[in-house]
Amino acid sequence: MKRTMENQKLIDIRNLVKRFPIGDGSFTALRGITLAFAEGEFAGLVGPSGSGKTTLLNIIGSLDTPSEGSVTVLGREVTHLSHREAAALRNHHIGFIFQTYNLLPVFTVYDNVEFPLLLQKGGAAGRKKAVMKALEWVGLADKAQSRPAQLSGGECQRVSIARAMVKRPQLVLADEPSANLDADNSHHILRTMKRLNRELGTTFIFATHDEKVMHYLDRIIGLEDGRVARDERIENTTEDDHPPASGEIGGSELPGEEDFARP
Amino acid sequence: MLALKLAIRNLLGAGLRTWLTAGVLSIAFVVMVFYQGLLDGWNLHARSTTREWEIGGGQYWHPAYDRFDPFSLQEAHAPLSPQALELAAAGRIVPELITQATAYPDGRMVNLLIRGIPPGQQLLSLPTAALAADSVGIPALIGRRMAASLRLQPGDALLLRWRDRSGVFDAREVTIVGIFRADVPSIDQGQIWLPLATVQEMTGMAGEATLLVSAPDQAPLPLAGWVFKDTDFLLKEFTEVIHSKKAGSSIIYGTMLAIALLAIFDTQVLSIFRRRREIGTYMALGMTRGQVIGLFTVEGAAHSLFALLLASIYGLPLLHWLGTHGISMPEVADATGMTIGDKMLPVYSAGMVLFSVAVVILSTAIVSYLPARRIARLKPTEALRGRAQ
Repeated sequence: MKRTMENQKLIDIRNLVKRFPIGDGSFTALRGITLAFAEGEFAGLVGPSGSGKTTLLNIIGSLDTPSEGSVTVLGREVTHLSHREAAALRNHHIGFIFQTYNLLPVFTVYDNVEFPLLLQKGGAAGRKKAVMKALEWVGLADKAQSRPAQLSGGECQRVSIARAMVKRPQLVLADEPSANLDADNSHHILRTMKRLNRELGTTFIFATHDEKVMHYLDRIIGLEDGRVARDERIENTTEDDHPPASGEIGGSELPGEEDFARP
Repeated sequence: MLALKLAIRNLLGAGLRTWLTAGVLSIAFVVMVFYQGLLDGWNLHARSTTREWEIGGGQYWHPAYDRFDPFSLQEAHAPLSPQALELAAAGRIVPELITQATAYPDGRMVNLLIRGIPPGQQLLSLPTAALAADSVGIPALIGRRMAASLRLQPGDALLLRWRDRSGVFDAREVTIVGIFRADVPSIDQGQIWLPLATVQEMTGMAGEATLLVSAPDQAPLPLAGWVFKDTDFLLKEFTEVIHSKKAGSSIIYGTMLAIALLAIFDTQVLSIFRRRREIGTYMALGMTRGQVIGLFTVEGAAHSLFALLLASIYGLPLLHWLGTHGISMPEVADATGMTIGDKMLPVYSAGMVLFSVAVVILSTAIVSYLPARRIARLKPTEALRGRAQ
């Protein structure tokens, strides 16, 4: 069963300012950002280094707090969240995909994907089913017992996607997910994410300056010097333009609502 | 469980570093158990031996008696009351009469104490039955240390000189009828055992005694004119020595433990510095700072589990061997006057081993927690970038 995309406000950002202290002064990374993201968006924050993409992504992900303004994520004002509440928000509702994958090297692929679910203290049987399903989405079910060191960069990023998606979050934040990958692997993981976005209705927000990513986005928000320089919605068919490269995902059927218990 | 699983995998992943740290910690643990066991074994042996050979279940002293002041012996004697005589006849107490004397072995002059004891007593392990010999003038019993010191053999004669209750000197020759071997120096060095009746007659203290040794299972009785001293009092000095030895030995294994703990502390600091990105990832995945601190604390403390594993591999057989074979003590070991066997056999009680395990686990947990607290100051964003704060 496919989830219905609703144009509800998932994220509401108003007059967001973020300053970082530097010596006696401060550096302003974000200058009065006002944005909103609806559920089911596949959007990207683009711009040169230092434009504030990652800072904005971190604040949306409740990893950082605003200096001024308000940021409401899934109905929660992140400025007022305690550490514990922010951790719970991230654990239950937000998935992260990092440029450097950030997999736990001592764990197997299975253990890495299972990790967020262990923090939710669910049943073992449900966890196993969810982990295997997530690995099937990204075409790595056969590598469940491999270690990250035994995988290619593309495979590591697919594990990272499975880890972000296994708990069925409403929001996935991806910081330069394709920066360390070659073209084939970049398209591969982007197609996977696009497909998850369409089939599950999960909102994806990217921070990127990779042209390849931009071709997949439905919305591009250009940042310059901490300000929104442009905000465009795009109709694209990029997924269909790039057929799967050899060895890509096996087209595992995406799960329906009954496969997961959303926290 | 998650923390322990992650900790064990991380530690195994660290390879040799983990095993070196755990190795030092395990040595500290084994040494700790060994030293404690050795002192406990010594303590146990000395207490039971001293009870068997000298103090029984306690002693009734004449109020003037001071075991560290020989001059008190002049006054410390009194006749046995009818109640005491009755107990003595029943074998519930053993009277001893003690007086100062001088011996002249091979023309030398040696100060000693004459201790009169009933030859028929069976309360103490002293082989006093030998004193019942009537084929010699005055039979005397000495310990092996005394025999070695005075170069005496069974059948040798020894001239003794003493003062009677009026202060008049007298002298007689005694015959060594037996040499006993006991681990209790205080009944051996500077002591000569004679039949009680003979000593009472020599000193003019007929029917008198200096102290009464109680049977181990005899409850203390209010004997008029006598002060009961329990075994805790009589072994007080020895207990203090054991405590002091334990404190001294704790410095040795404490130092070893400190070295191992320092290595763990250092490993933790390095680990937190090198794994900032991992810490950031944990936070991004939804762990609270407290959970991450707990994770690193468990990881550091898990060194102790590896150490206990190592210790059980080589420590158990080693400690068992030492526990059964013991450690041979030199002849001069008891020259200090302490009760000590030819061999010291360590005794490992479950309580002591569990206490040592708890000390090792708790101390590693503390030194693991201290550097892990730094994580509380780490911002997730900075950690994800691999930056320190």
